[in-house]
Amino acid sequence: MSAKSRSTISKVALPILALLLLFAGWQMICSFTNVPKYMLPSPADVAKAFEKDWRLMFSHARVTLTETFIGLFFGVIIGFLMAVVMDRFSVVRKMIYPLVVVSQTIPTVAIAPLLVIWLGYQMLPKIVLIILVVFFPITISLLEGFSSVDPDTINLMRSMGASRMQIFRFVKLPNSLGHFFSSLKISVSYAVVSAVVSEWIGGTEGLGCYMTRVRKSFSSDKMFAVIILISVISLILIWLTGVLQYACMPWEKSKHQSRSHLH
Amino acid sequence: MAALEVKDVTFSYDGVTPVIKDINLTLNDGELVCLLGVSGGGKTTLFNIIAGLNRPQQGKVLLNGEDVTGQSGRISYMLQKDMLLPYRTVLDNVALPMLIKGVKKKEAREKASGYFAQFGIEGTQHQYPAELSGGMRQRAALLRTYLFSGDVALLDEPFSALDTLTKGEMHRWYLDVMDNIRLSTVFITHDIDEAILLSDRIYLLTGNPGTITDEIVIKEPKPRRKDFNLTDAFLAYKREIISKIGA
Repeated sequence: MSAKSRSTISKVALPILALLLLFAGWQMICSFTNVPKYMLPSPADVAKAFEKDWRLMFSHARVTLTETFIGLFFGVIIGFLMAVVMDRFSVVRKMIYPLVVVSQTIPTVAIAPLLVIWLGYQMLPKIVLIILVVFFPITISLLEGFSSVDPDTINLMRSMGASRMQIFRFVKLPNSLGHFFSSLKISVSYAVVSAVVSEWIGGTEGLGCYMTRVRKSFSSDKMFAVIILISVISLILIWLTGVLQYACMPWEKSKHQSRSHLH
Repeated sequence: MAALEVKDVTFSYDGVTPVIKDINLTLNDGELVCLLGVSGGGKTTLFNIIAGLNRPQQGKVLLNGEDVTGQSGRISYMLQKDMLLPYRTVLDNVALPMLIKGVKKKEAREKASGYFAQFGIEGTQHQYPAELSGGMRQRAALLRTYLFSGDVALLDEPFSALDTLTKGEMHRWYLDVMDNIRLSTVFITHDIDEAILLSDRIYLLTGNPGTITDEIVIKEPKPRRKDFNLTDAFLAYKREIISKIGA
């Protein structure tokens, strides 16, 4: 067996092993002690709850995902536009950068009820909350990507007579793609969590609402099941972002392949 | 008429202490002229002025007789770092200056591709720069420079980042290519051997502020024999330059 495939196996196998041990320990605590089910349901209880309720959960998940995608879409666009404007006009950057940072110190849970008061119980306040959470990492990382371009590359482009727009298109934009995707991975998981949090506050549909209902009826098994479902959804979205990144940045692939024989 | 003329150029970054002073140089059509001097002596500053990235406080830059002082986009420029964009294939990197000028993508690619064999990089069109060796990347960078402007090229220590063996190979390759395309070139180096080997004429840039203190004509005809750097004539040039720089 080559060293590489061995390391791949241990990379996948070891975390899975740890997870299985965790579940086994959890199941044992529930089976051999008198912890009531409403406080800590066993993994088997959670699995049963999921099996019973998955149709309902999935229909709620569809609402949550819709909010997530719409919020992500506009959050990314707004984040991108802000980064472009802040990169182009340093006055704008100096003006709004501190405000943007401060805005991120306000806890999501605190804004969510306000948004409900202002915008009602429909999807809009949820989408707005996601946008507020998502745009920040995107803006910061893109700004970082735009300004991390080698100044000599910019000089070379200028010596070729490139306009500001061309420098942006040929150099700054592709140079920041890696930064963009790293932050998109963060934004994607933030977006799911924010959707759920905003559904706690108000509304009739979505995994957050489902969560509130099962919590109020002390159905901890369903509570655990929906928490796991939310995690899985986030993981799948992060993974999809990685796939998208790979497709958008084919040169990264070639770099990895050639690294071994260059060094 | 000279391809490029630099007349009485003086430049300082702070407006007080000049980095280079009263620089005059001429580059004839198809000629390869070298600017030799110690690092930090203002060579790159002079290049930035010729390329139009900086405007001199005094003096002019003439391209084929036309005043291009402070205008970028007229004279092509190549640096020690190849500066190939890692996210574009070699072909798209090389075609970039044409795209900037507004040439259609397909047309630019076709034209660029036609030069790959001549520049010794045939077959690398669809690879990414990271897949190429340092020498191959410099070849691609030179082709990009050439496709930007067939008039005059400025090369700023293009081979100094390469190892000795690759460098020797690159010198032979470079003379070969230049023999065919006759690109008028100003070349910066701090390597005396490289200067004698490649140039038709050498300007010595010394002092602080940097001034051109001497001009040496290398009379060895081109194409040059392979062992030129082992001949007495070569050594005589080297001795002359060393004594003039005071190195």
